[in-house]
Amino acid sequence: MPTEDREDLTARADPVAPAATADPMAPAAPAVRFDRVTKRYGDRTVLDGLDLEVGRGERVTLIGPSGSGKTTILRLLMTLERVTDGVIHLDGEPFSHMPGGSRGKLVPANERHLAVRRRRIGMVFQQFNLFPHMSVLENIVEAPVHVLGESREDAGRRARDLLELVGLGDRADARPTRLSGGQQQRVAIARALAMRPGILLLDEVTSALDPELVAEVLDVLRDVARSTDITLLCVTHEMGFARDVSDRILMFDRGRIVESGPADELLESPAHERTRAFLGSVR
Amino acid sequence: MADLLPVAAGFLPELRRALPRLAEGVLVTVEATVLGAALALVLAYALGLLSRSDRLPVRGGARLVVEFFRGTSLYVQLFWLFFALPMLGFRLEPLACAVLALGLNYGAYGAEVVRGAVAAVPRAQTEAGIALGMGAGLRLRRVVLPQAHALMVAPFKNLLVQLLKATPLLSLVTVPDLTFQIDQLRSSTGATAASYLLLLGLYFGMAVVLSLLMNALERAAKARLGQEGGA
Ligand SMILES: Nc1ncnc2c1ncn2[C@@H]1O[C@H](COP(=O)(O)OP(=O)(O)O)[C@@H](O)[C@H]1O
Ligand SMILES: [Mg+2]
Repeated sequence: MPTEDREDLTARADPVAPAATADPMAPAAPAVRFDRVTKRYGDRTVLDGLDLEVGRGERVTLIGPSGSGKTTILRLLMTLERVTDGVIHLDGEPFSHMPGGSRGKLVPANERHLAVRRRRIGMVFQQFNLFPHMSVLENIVEAPVHVLGESREDAGRRARDLLELVGLGDRADARPTRLSGGQQQRVAIARALAMRPGILLLDEVTSALDPELVAEVLDVLRDVARSTDITLLCVTHEMGFARDVSDRILMFDRGRIVESGPADELLESPAHERTRAFLGSVR
Repeated sequence: MADLLPVAAGFLPELRRALPRLAEGVLVTVEATVLGAALALVLAYALGLLSRSDRLPVRGGARLVVEFFRGTSLYVQLFWLFFALPMLGFRLEPLACAVLALGLNYGAYGAEVVRGAVAAVPRAQTEAGIALGMGAGLRLRRVVLPQAHALMVAPFKNLLVQLLKATPLLSLVTVPDLTFQIDQLRSSTGATAASYLLLLGLYFGMAVVLSLLMNALERAAKARLGQEGGA
């Protein structure tokens, strides 16, 4: 675990934990691997045999036109949807499936298989999805206490550190509905980080925000990216942000990867006409 | 109107003498309402949540029970418990019959309230719970139900007042409730109009008290969700 470059978080009592290492025997295993993953809704095929790998600690941004399947990829990984075909691997072991059939054949994962593994993944949604019946602090403390079994004191202390990190140290007792969109989204980021996920999924986290509130959220995410070794998989139309945080950008169209490359390269000199057209449309 | 006056003159002393029995009647009515509502609440939750189960037999069973007790009248259910059940060898106290019938009937209506309220909590809230690693039970208990409660209070208030207003049926199976006692007063005095006017007033008063209590509950539930005001 690289720890030397985590200066500004360690200064705040280390609110963001190092990425979970599930299988120490296979350090080379990618954090995420989609193996010929197909997703259909009825007779509509959204993903068709998609192969995708995200390395541990890698920051990957998915771009592409609306409806190209970016959200579907994140939702499949978060187990909010089930794959139609193919297998998703997490830290080198089957995630969407588990050994269970005769001779260890893979069968669709049951809830217990998913439950212990999905804790390594956190997600921030476009619409924040904070719990309206809980205060800001309770939102953040809820899962660490009830899922991870942390004490209220420990979880509360860490939640306050995370609130400092996202610049909302003074709003711990506020209701989410009393906050601006940008503040709500920063609480949602703190809430996701409180579970110490190894992988963080960000699905257009600034798309629902008024333009003047976008920067405060992206700044927090830049901070998280810079100061932790968390694996990031994000969907965004903010190309400046994508360039700042991504190791790699994947251009999607109709459920397929059109083009993939280092962020600067893909943004400066896209090889495909589809990518050029898309980048032209979002700038 | 004119012939009411001489009767009313004899009515007041009779009424004074009957007051302890009327008070008992009010207590029995309140008791049946509270116990019936408590049973209904438990059944409403159980049946309402089971009717959202992923498992078809569970869901189907719950739906069947709900439809049965909504589809057959309280009157018939009450008479069945009081007159038919003893023939099968089970004799229940009249008040127990009453509580059971009220609980089953209004529990079935309440189940629809619970089911609807749970379904009305946005799916995104459940997804946020999943993304935080919360299991199904935890999500229901900590995320979905607290938000559904705020939606249940208003329809539950209506059901509760309806339940209260259904309790005069109990006098038909010899439960000494308010209606039963007023009926005694009416036959001993012959003051039909005055007796029933009193009955109207007393039920109205109880309904108002119930409504006020439920309104306070509703305000509290909404405040917990961060919404101001309430009904
Ligand atoms: N629950 C669903 N039922 C049917 N179609 C869906 C569902 N979710 C997504 N889709 C379809 O899948 C396609 C990809 O959607 P999505 O992954 O949201 O794209 P993106 O995030 O790239 O805009 C779209 O055409 C969308 O209409
Ligand atoms: Mg999307």
